[in-house]
Amino acid sequence: MSGPLTPSQTVGPFFGVGLPFEKGEQLAPPGSAGVMRIEGQVLDGKGEPVPDALLEIWQPGTGFGRARTDSEGAFSFTTVKPGAVPAPDGRVQAPHFNVTVFARGLLRHLVTRMYFPDETEANAADPVLNLVEPARRETLIAKHCDGVLHFDVRLQGERETVFFAI
Amino acid sequence: MSELEPPYLYPDYVGTRLRAPAKPLINLPEGFNDFPAPLFPRTVADLDHDLTRQHAGEPIGERIIVTGRVLDSDGRPLRKTIVEVWQANAAGRYLDQDDQHPAPLDPNFTGAGRCLTDAEGRYRFITIKPGAYPWKNHRNAWRPAHIHFSLFGSEFRSRLVTQMYFPGDPLMPRDPILQSIPDQAGRDRLVSQFDPETTVPEWALAYRWDIVLRGRAATPFEDEQ
Repeated sequence: MSGPLTPSQTVGPFFGVGLPFEKGEQLAPPGSAGVMRIEGQVLDGKGEPVPDALLEIWQPGTGFGRARTDSEGAFSFTTVKPGAVPAPDGRVQAPHFNVTVFARGLLRHLVTRMYFPDETEANAADPVLNLVEPARRETLIAKHCDGVLHFDVRLQGERETVFFAI
Repeated sequence: MSELEPPYLYPDYVGTRLRAPAKPLINLPEGFNDFPAPLFPRTVADLDHDLTRQHAGEPIGERIIVTGRVLDSDGRPLRKTIVEVWQANAAGRYLDQDDQHPAPLDPNFTGAGRCLTDAEGRYRFITIKPGAYPWKNHRNAWRPAHIHFSLFGSEFRSRLVTQMYFPGDPLMPRDPILQSIPDQAGRDRLVSQFDPETTVPEWALAYRWDIVLRGRAATPFEDEQ
């Protein structure tokens, strides 16, 4: 059964008054031991920045963060790295964040995952990454870049980020 | 997905054209999306549900009460779940630097609120009725009056951001955002009802709108055929 679910509508361009909140992007305070910074950009089908997107990252046990993009489509989070996660079928999932994307022009939110570049072995065995055709897996794995983790979200087109049905 | 949900690509809503994914979403095996909703770190204060009492004076506009229940798809009330709302003022202007259309801001209205549902899943906001506003999607495009809602529910897959509309608004049939929902029954679920029982004499009209979030057991695929 599906029940009479309430349909989704876009977050629109003016969510800034309601959804972002102070330090929402900090799952852990910047500068403390083991805290890493994640930076990225949300881009549209022409590679243009998306300045009116909102991202939420969540992993039970690590925490929840919410950040909007700026005029360059850029966002950032500070967090500690999550641990490996048991899969419902008994296997192990590599450390990752669940990433939810809202934006003007998205009538429903999108869900993706951010994996970590220093987990080559765990990523290779990850049951979700293995559902993705090899050429597209790199869209789900952050990159080391000048001491931060870089993770772009490409909504459409060349190197489109892999999104998951929910 | 069910015809009750909008597609990602709906060309009449111009903003979807370069932002809708072109590749199909990947289905995860059963259970991989079954984990709890985020623990929302933001606290809710007593008056956060009253958008008319956030400033020294009262906002201009028609004072309204917006109330309803938050349920899961099995009909169970969602208790102590956070409901976040935001909206334009009575003139149709958002307190946002990117909203520059020529309507006045109201120094007594921010347009954002939040509350937790009670033991029966009920939420209640006091606000003013938002105005319609132009949005340049096509010639003479106007959004019908609406209040944005954001909810988490109990499961990761319960997450919902949507908009509540007002009954009888003549702009609804012309609005590509609402019309993106293929089925009239789906669109109807976003329209509140005038609620004379909750209306407070000499003070405020009331609108009622119930929200149903996906529960743990509901899968989006079973009713696809």
